[in-house]
Order: sequence, then structure tokens, then C-alpha cells
Amino acid sequence: MTPPPGALLAADNLRKAYGPTNALDGAEFSIHPGEVVAVMGPSGSGKSTLLHCLAGIVTPDSGSITYDGREMSTMSDAQRSALRRSEFGFVFQFGQLVPELTCVENVALPLRLNGTPRKAAERAALSWMQRLEVDDLGRKRPGEVSGGQGQRVAVARALVTDPRVLFADEPTGALDSLNGERVMELLTDAARSTNAAVVLVTHEARVAAYSDREIVVRDGKSRDMERAI
Amino acid sequence: MSVRQWARDLRMGAKFAFTGGREGWIRVLLTAVGVGLGVALLLLTTAIPSALTAREQRGNARADYPSHYDNPERPKTDNTLVIAKLDTTYDNKNVRGRLVQPDGPRATLAPGLTKYPAAGDMIVSPALRELLDSSDGKLLRERLPYRVVGTIGESGLIGSQELAYYAGADDLEQRIGKDWEVARLDAFGATDQTSTRLDPVLILLVLVVFVVLLTPVAVFIAAAVRFGGERRDRRLAALRLVGSDSRMTRRIAAGEALSGSLLGLVFGTVFFLIGREAAGSVQIQDISVFPGDLNPTPALAALVAVAVPAAAVLVTLLAMRGVVIEPLGVVRTAKPARRRLWWRLLLPLAGLAMLYPMFGQGRDQGNFNQLLVIGGILLLLAGVTALLPWVVEAVVGRLGGGGVAWQLAVRRLQMSSGMATRPVNGIAVAVAGAIALQMLFAGIEGDYTKDTGKDLDRAQMQVNTTPGIPLAPVTEKFAALKGVRKVTALGIGSMGNISWRSADGPQRMVQVAIGDCAALRETADLPSCHDGDVFALRSSRNDGGDTKVLAKPGRTLHLGTSEVSGTALDVKWTVPQDLKHARVIKDPNGMEREGFLMTPSALPAQASGALSGEIYLSLDESVPYVKEQVRNTAVTADLFANTTVWASTEQSTKFVKIRIGLLIGVTCVLLLIGASLLVSQLEQLRERKKLLSALVAFGTRRRTLSLSVLWQTAIPITLGLLLASAVGLTLGAVLLKMTAETVSVHWPSVLSMVGIGAGVVLLVTLCSLPPLLRLMRPDGLRTE
Amino acid sequence: MSIGHTLLGLLESGPRHGYDLKRAFDEKFGHDRPLHYGQVYSTMSRLLKNGFVEVDGIETGGGPERKRYAITEAGITDVEQWLATPEKPELYLQSTLYTKVVLALLTHRDAADILDTQRAEHLRSMRILTERKRRGDLADQLICDHALFHLEADLRWLELTAARLDKLREAVTR
Repeated sequence: MTPPPGALLAADNLRKAYGPTNALDGAEFSIHPGEVVAVMGPSGSGKSTLLHCLAGIVTPDSGSITYDGREMSTMSDAQRSALRRSEFGFVFQFGQLVPELTCVENVALPLRLNGTPRKAAERAALSWMQRLEVDDLGRKRPGEVSGGQGQRVAVARALVTDPRVLFADEPTGALDSLNGERVMELLTDAARSTNAAVVLVTHEARVAAYSDREIVVRDGKSRDMERAI
Repeated sequence: MSVRQWARDLRMGAKFAFTGGREGWIRVLLTAVGVGLGVALLLLTTAIPSALTAREQRGNARADYPSHYDNPERPKTDNTLVIAKLDTTYDNKNVRGRLVQPDGPRATLAPGLTKYPAAGDMIVSPALRELLDSSDGKLLRERLPYRVVGTIGESGLIGSQELAYYAGADDLEQRIGKDWEVARLDAFGATDQTSTRLDPVLILLVLVVFVVLLTPVAVFIAAAVRFGGERRDRRLAALRLVGSDSRMTRRIAAGEALSGSLLGLVFGTVFFLIGREAAGSVQIQDISVFPGDLNPTPALAALVAVAVPAAAVLVTLLAMRGVVIEPLGVVRTAKPARRRLWWRLLLPLAGLAMLYPMFGQGRDQGNFNQLLVIGGILLLLAGVTALLPWVVEAVVGRLGGGGVAWQLAVRRLQMSSGMATRPVNGIAVAVAGAIALQMLFAGIEGDYTKDTGKDLDRAQMQVNTTPGIPLAPVTEKFAALKGVRKVTALGIGSMGNISWRSADGPQRMVQVAIGDCAALRETADLPSCHDGDVFALRSSRNDGGDTKVLAKPGRTLHLGTSEVSGTALDVKWTVPQDLKHARVIKDPNGMEREGFLMTPSALPAQASGALSGEIYLSLDESVPYVKEQVRNTAVTADLFANTTVWASTEQSTKFVKIRIGLLIGVTCVLLLIGASLLVSQLEQLRERKKLLSALVAFGTRRRTLSLSVLWQTAIPITLGLLLASAVGLTLGAVLLKMTAETVSVHWPSVLSMVGIGAGVVLLVTLCSLPPLLRLMRPDGLRTE
Repeated sequence: MSIGHTLLGLLESGPRHGYDLKRAFDEKFGHDRPLHYGQVYSTMSRLLKNGFVEVDGIETGGGPERKRYAITEAGITDVEQWLATPEKPELYLQSTLYTKVVLALLTHRDAADILDTQRAEHLRSMRILTERKRRGDLADQLICDHALFHLEADLRWLELTAARLDKLREAVTR
């Protein structure tokens, strides 16, 4: 199957096994710029594996992933890492902020990995933190801020490089619903404003409701609900 | 507080130590391994004196030299034995060689032998057998053309790796009295059991070596007991929640530490036994030991068994002082308390104060108060462990800038500098002590090392042949060897004023050296030289002595071979009319000759059999095995030829042993600490598995993370090494002052010690890279 | 929802015309279904009959006559009682969806398909509600949240049922 026209990131017939279990068994996926796609499904269904494959963190056993017209399987590990550094952003369930770095240093980290000088990186970081309403936390360490604040810092960190694709793996999983919704609002607003595509892995319907459409992963197979209807 | 309550709490702690699930087990195991390694090292240290004693006893029991060779002409009976010393060197390893020829079936047996080999056979040590069988021993096999018929028992060897053989011969008897190395003896064993008393400076050295080795081990044990302490604190907090009071938690923690260190005691014993076996196959600079000789002194072993668990409990309780365990969690009171400098400085200053009274005591008075020495050094070294956390905190707090890897490392150190410093303490203490010791060694080296004065530019090997071996063919053989650049051969004899056969021998005698003009020019400044010339040497130092008296043209002199063979020929020689004079220069041996120099044709024809040979060889040392080829050639030409490889200085053997002991010890200690560093590093990495995976997910280069791990270890270690160098140099200077030597810094040893320390860091980082790379795999992101 | 009680409650802050009442109602509660004039009229006359409101005055201007209503003591008591009485939680025991799923299983149709389709439909509604919530004020947000939570509950049921389809098939076809 050729990727749908205009798709920024598309996957076809992905297979990935961890030992005897098939995490992915012929999954497909596509997303356009500026689109928010929720990946839903029960736990253990292969949602996260799909995200890891799409992001080039995990190499699928078979199947193709094209990003911006390039086949990911032909890229080297270094190339995929570079892609993740400059074109992708990541938000995880538990923030995964580096505990020793201050919040602003955490947000600036992806820029610095790309070679941006410290001062410039931290300036950009601070402006993103402003947008996510956590700029007053700049000098604090992640251990000193609340879960919701930390997750906003994590979102700022994911967006600071102006990624074209934002991968969010249960970004509100550790938050109460009020904080979770605020994070989702900020995340989707910010992504829309930069026309970034968002791959949103979640099992919560109310989080998925922030998406434009959803696909359901069950037993390693994906189902695109929009096309199904 | 009843005893039963105490016992119950301790038992509860012990139970927790072993039933805390997988993580609990790992914690206990780490503690036990740490304590065990420390205990093993302690036991090994306490066993060294017994091993050295055993070594000395075996050495004495088989001694045949020099006491017996002084009196070679013992009457022949059926329990005597003719023995010849044929020691050689192979590939820088010494081989103890003896040729034996029993005079009868009851000939006294050498220790380790059941019977003597027949002529052409030999009995070898296990290590020599192995060497001969290996491809490395090919050239040695050529040198020892005997059939191997047996193995020397342990009692006949001073080390498990010693190379030794007894070869049978049938022509030794006639050599008695001709060769220094041949004698008849009726019993083995040193006749004079003068156990050499170590001099005070050496005792000081030994004391310092022990303190310097054991202090880092203690530091290491202290660190090992604290492995995984945070998890323990959390568990204790849970206990508080269900109603134990803070004293109970303390006792429970003590029980945990106690059981961990008791297990460590068991581990230590096992490690010691393993290490003892392993020690049998290790050899450093010709020194090896038998496992059976490594027996810890019972009293010291008992002390270790009591002190180590007690220390473990003490450290645990001390570490818990700064922690308040509340039912709902752990409150660290230590964090806000800034590290204070004053009491940390007090420790090394107190150490200096204890050592000060012994300044300038020198080696002549040589009375060092052992308690003050040990106490002073301990305090100085403890000062390192006290100062280092302060230094690291102060320096790391001011660091900034740099790349991402640097930033990650620095920030991590700023958050928990204590955790990073603890394992480094051991390395710093070890290096400080080692630097001080090396300085002490270097300072008193002059007293134990004599300059041999040999000129290594002119020759690197010397072969002495026994009298009667014709020199010319030997010289040719040497010259034909690949890698031999130049051969200088001199025939050596003595001229006496009267016959050597006369009752008392000659009263005046001079040496005579025979060689071609090129060879003679190595010993004297000859304006002209033709075959047939004879020169009398003019010494630059004295008035000429016997040479001046005997070098009168027309005077008849008597040629003897050497001082041993008083029974040799009597060759008469007349000092020629055209005797020339020459100014002596230092020969390659670094000596100035006296007497006569002769070109070959000036020598009476019968004299050649009376001359021994001195052959100097200049080598191209890049040619592999050239020295072994020379030795083989020498042995083929003359079994009793004495071959030496020159080094510009030679060391007192006592000194070498201590220095080697130090090097082995420090390296062991550093490796041990490196292991603990690795363990805690891996523990930390495992705790950060998810974070590492996340960092990789957003594109962090593996190089960046690896570098940050390197910095994280390297920064505290660099600071530790700097501090260690400072304290080490201070201690070294103090020790030198005590021995009244001039204070000078021996930079190569400082650098080498620092280098070993740095090497350990690198090793630890390298070892933690594979797990790090494995942890960075995306599996860490999976939440299930 | 009781329109009568709601209108009574709105009257508590002061007398109003019928049209004012409708406007206030629509603004605050009538997001989906604005009140018809007739609904207001009939409700008010019922309240008037029960003595919960009284006519405060009649305006006769250029247009039709307009009654101004005011709440009575009895009306205030009634509102109080209504507010204090908890709503009976809805039980949804016999939902259409369950019926559809069981029927599909009995007739060997793809029940998972039904569930997925329903989920997509639910999500579509949730998306609309979420969008409205993002644009609206606090009142919008609370109302949408209520609906969202209900839909989410349905969705959870859909997920759970999807996970237990095999067991359910066994049970219903036995």
C-alpha cells in the first residue's frame, strides 16, 4: 500500500515481535502535518510499540515506515537519532525530566543536543515555558515541582525544537483530570500553532477526544476508524 | 531495655537482610562481596609474614652457597655430593640450576628430591617443565640438553613459579678447585642461620606499606556497607509506620548490616582461599608463593573476624545519624548542613603533629615510635577522606559551562556529591599513601642502590669463560650471531713475581690482559699498537703499585691462571726490553685495570690454557632473543661461562621486594575499589533506566551519555587524585624528613600512581559502557 | 431536568417577564435545546396554579401584554426541596447497545465491529464536546464535562465488552 497522499509519516504492514509475543502484527498508520491522531487500544495491545516504531526508536521486524518521503528502515541508527533530535518531539507518561537539571535546562536540552549554544537554547526554552505557563519554574529542579507542572515542562521540552511530529505516550497518564486536560489543551494548541503532527498514544477517551481522528490497535493490528466509517 | 528485645530487633534486621526480595538479596550480596573482598585482603596481608618466613626457611634448607663453596675440598665419602651452581637467566626470569654428581648412594639429598638424576638427566620444577614444554622455551631447551626424568617437590622450591633444575653429571669431580661454582658438600642448609635483621628505615617502610594498603580497604568496607542504603531507609520508614520507634529501627538496621558483614566474613574466607590458590600461579619479578604458605596469623585473623562486623555496624549507625526515619518517609537532615572545613583540616594537621617529633631521627639512631608513626600516617590519610567531600562539594558547586555531557555530569554531582565521593575516597587514600611511599623509596634509593659504573654504550652483556677455554673460536661464534654488533674479547691471567707452585704463592702479582689492539684500546689509551707489543699500565689514581715494581724490562715473571688454581702450570715470561707504557682508561666494565696489556703474539705459546676470558658484547637489542642466543652460545662453548646482562644500577633485593609488594598491593586495592565503583555506577544506571531510554528517544547520542558517565566519575576522581597528590607529597616529605633524607619529589612515581588511579577510572567507565548501552535500548520505555 | 424548578430558581433573584426567563434559561442551561415560548407559558401557568409564583404586574405597551412573575414563599420552599433532593442515578441497565451486541453474537455477525463503530461515534461526539469546551466559558466547560464523563463511561464499557466478547459469545450462544 502506498502512503496516503500528503501524509507526513506513514507506516504499512508493521510487524514486531518481542520474543514469542507479537507486539505488532500488520499495523498501519498515517498522519498529515497539523493533524492530531490518537492511538487507542487496551494495554498490551501494541500502542507503545507502534509509537516507538514510528519514532524510529525501535526497528520493526518487517514493514515500511516513510517519513517525509524517506524510508526509515534504510536509515542508520545515527540518522534516525538525528531525526529524533531535530524533527521529532517526545512526551512520556512520567515526564522523564533529568532530575539533576533545572527545569529550564531540561527544556533546553534537545536544543543543546542539536548544538545550540547554552544561552540561546535557554532563552528559547524560557519562551516555550512561558507559553506553557511554567516560566516561573525555570530555576527549580523537577523534584521540586508538581506532576502537572513537570508534565508541562516536558511538553515544552518536546516542542522546543519546533518538531514536525510530536510523539506523546500517555502524556496525562500520571495526572488528575484537571491537570491532564490543561496539559492536553496546551499541547494541542501549541502543536496546531506550529502545524506539527501529533501522535497521541492514550487509553483515555477524554484525552483521545483532543485528537482529529483515532486509530485503534488491538492484538497488534490497527484500525483506522475514520476510514472504517 | 531487655536483651531479648535487642536480640529480637537484630534478628528482625537479619531477616530483612535475607528476605527483602530480589533487591534485598542484591543489597546483601553487594555488602557481603564488598566486606568479603576487604576481609580477604586483610587476611592475605596478615598471611604475608608467614609466607615470607616459609620462603626464607625453604631457601635456608636448600642453601648450598656460599657457605659450602668456601670450603670446596671436603673429603669424599659415600654421603657427599659434588655440586655445581649453574644459574642462568632466561627471558628475564632467573633459573636456578645445579649440576650434581653423588659420590655414593647415600649422598645427601637436596630438599624436594627423592633421588639424584643420572648423568644427562634432570629433575625440574613444575614451572620449568611447563616452560620447556611450551614454544616460549625453545631456546632454553637448547641450553639445557638434559632429559627430564622427574619433578622437584614443593619443599625444594621457594616459590610455586620458581624455575629450577638439578641435572646429573659425571665429570664434576675434576673441576673442584678449578671452578668457583663447583664444590663437594655433605649436607644442605645454611650453616649460619643469621636471620637478617631489617634495619629501622626498612621497618618504617614496611609499617607504612601496611597502613597505606589497609586504610583504603577500610574506606572501601565503609562504602560497601552503605550500598543501597536508601532503599533500606524506605523500608525502615515503613516499619515506623506500623509502629516501631526510632531506636528499634536503628537496631534493625544494625542487624541488617551485621548479617551482611557476617556473610561478608564467610565470603572473605572463601575469597581468601580462592585468592590463595590463585596466588600460587602468580609470579611477579621472580617472586611467587605456595598457597600452603599463605597462612594468616591466628590472632590477627581473629581480630579481623571481630573488627570487620563491628566496623560495619558502626558505619551503618554513623550513616544513619544524619537521617531521621519518619513513618511517612525519610528526612535527611544532612542536606542543608554545609560541609565545614575546620574539623576536616584538623585531622591531617593532627597527623603531622604526631609525626613531627620524629623529624630528623635519621637512620643512625633509627628509633621510630611505631604507634606515633602508624597514628600519624592514619590521621593524615584519614584527612584525605575528610577533606575530599568538602573539596568536591566546593569545586563542583562552582563548575558550569561546557557541553551537554559535561552539564549532565556536573549537575548530577551538584545534587549528590556525597554519593560520588564515597568510592573515590578509597582511591584517593590509596594513591596518597602510595605517592608518599614512592617518595620515601626514591629518597632513600641512594642508600640501597649502587651505581655499577658500567658503560652501557660500549657493551650490554658480559661473558666470563673459565680458564683453558680458547677465546678465538668463542669470539667468532659470538660475532656470527645475528644482533651482536661488536665483540671485545680479553684473555685474563695473572703474573706473579715467583712461581705459583711455591709454598705461599707469589707476594706480588699483577693482572695481564691479552687481546688484539682493538680490544686493548677498550682498556687503555694506546698511541700505537702492533701485534707483539706489550704495555705496562699507568694508573691515573695510584702510583702504580705492583705494576711499577714488576714492569722492569728483563725481569722474569710467572703466569698463573687465576687465584683458584694454584696447581696450574708455571709459565715463565720475561718483561721485554721494548715495553711500552700506556695510560689506563675505564674499560666497558667501568673499572680501571692494572698490570700488563699484551697483544696475542707477545704471549708464550703454552700460556693460552691458563687464561680465563672476559668477553664484552655490544648488542642490537631489537633483535628478538639475542640475549638468549648469546647465553646459549656461551653455554655451548663453556658450560661454566658466566653471562651477565648489564644494567646501569642494581637494587638491594630487600628493597625490590618491598617495592613490589607495594605495587601489587596498591594495584589490588585500586582494582578492588574500581570494582565497587563499577557496582555503584551500575546500581545508579539501573535506577535511571527509564530516563536513559527517554533521553535516547529524543535523540541523545550514545556518545553524549557515555561521556557524561565518564565525567561523572572523572571529575571527583580528578579532584581526589589532586588532593591525594598534595597529601601524598606532604606525607612523603614528612617521611623523608624523619629518615633525614633530602626532600625531593620523584615525579615519575607521582605520575605513575596518579596514572594507575586514572586508569582505574577509565577501566570502570569502559566496563560500565556495555550495560549503559544495553540500558539505553528502547525496552526501557516500555511501561509494562 | 425539571424546567419548572429551574424557572422558579431563576425567579428567586427577582421578578421577571416570561421572555426574560426564557433568555436567562437559554443562556445558562439551554445549550442544546432552547425553550419554546409555549413551554414557558404552560410551565408558568402550572406554577401559578400551584401557588409557587404570582403575577407581579402586567405591562401593556405597544405589543402584546406581558406578565411579570414573582416567586412566592411556597415557590422558594419548593426550590429548596428540589435542590436538597438527590437525583436518582440513572442505571442504564438495558441499553440498546447491549442488545445490539448480543443480537450480533446470536446471529454470528461481527460484534467487535459494532463496538468499534459505536466507539468511533462516541469519540466523534466527545471531540465536538471537547472543542466546545475549549471555546466556551466555565459554564460550557462544566456542562460539556458532564456529558464527556458520561460518554467516557460508555466508552469504557465498550472497551470492556470488546475485551470480553469471547466470554460473552460463549454465554449467550450456549
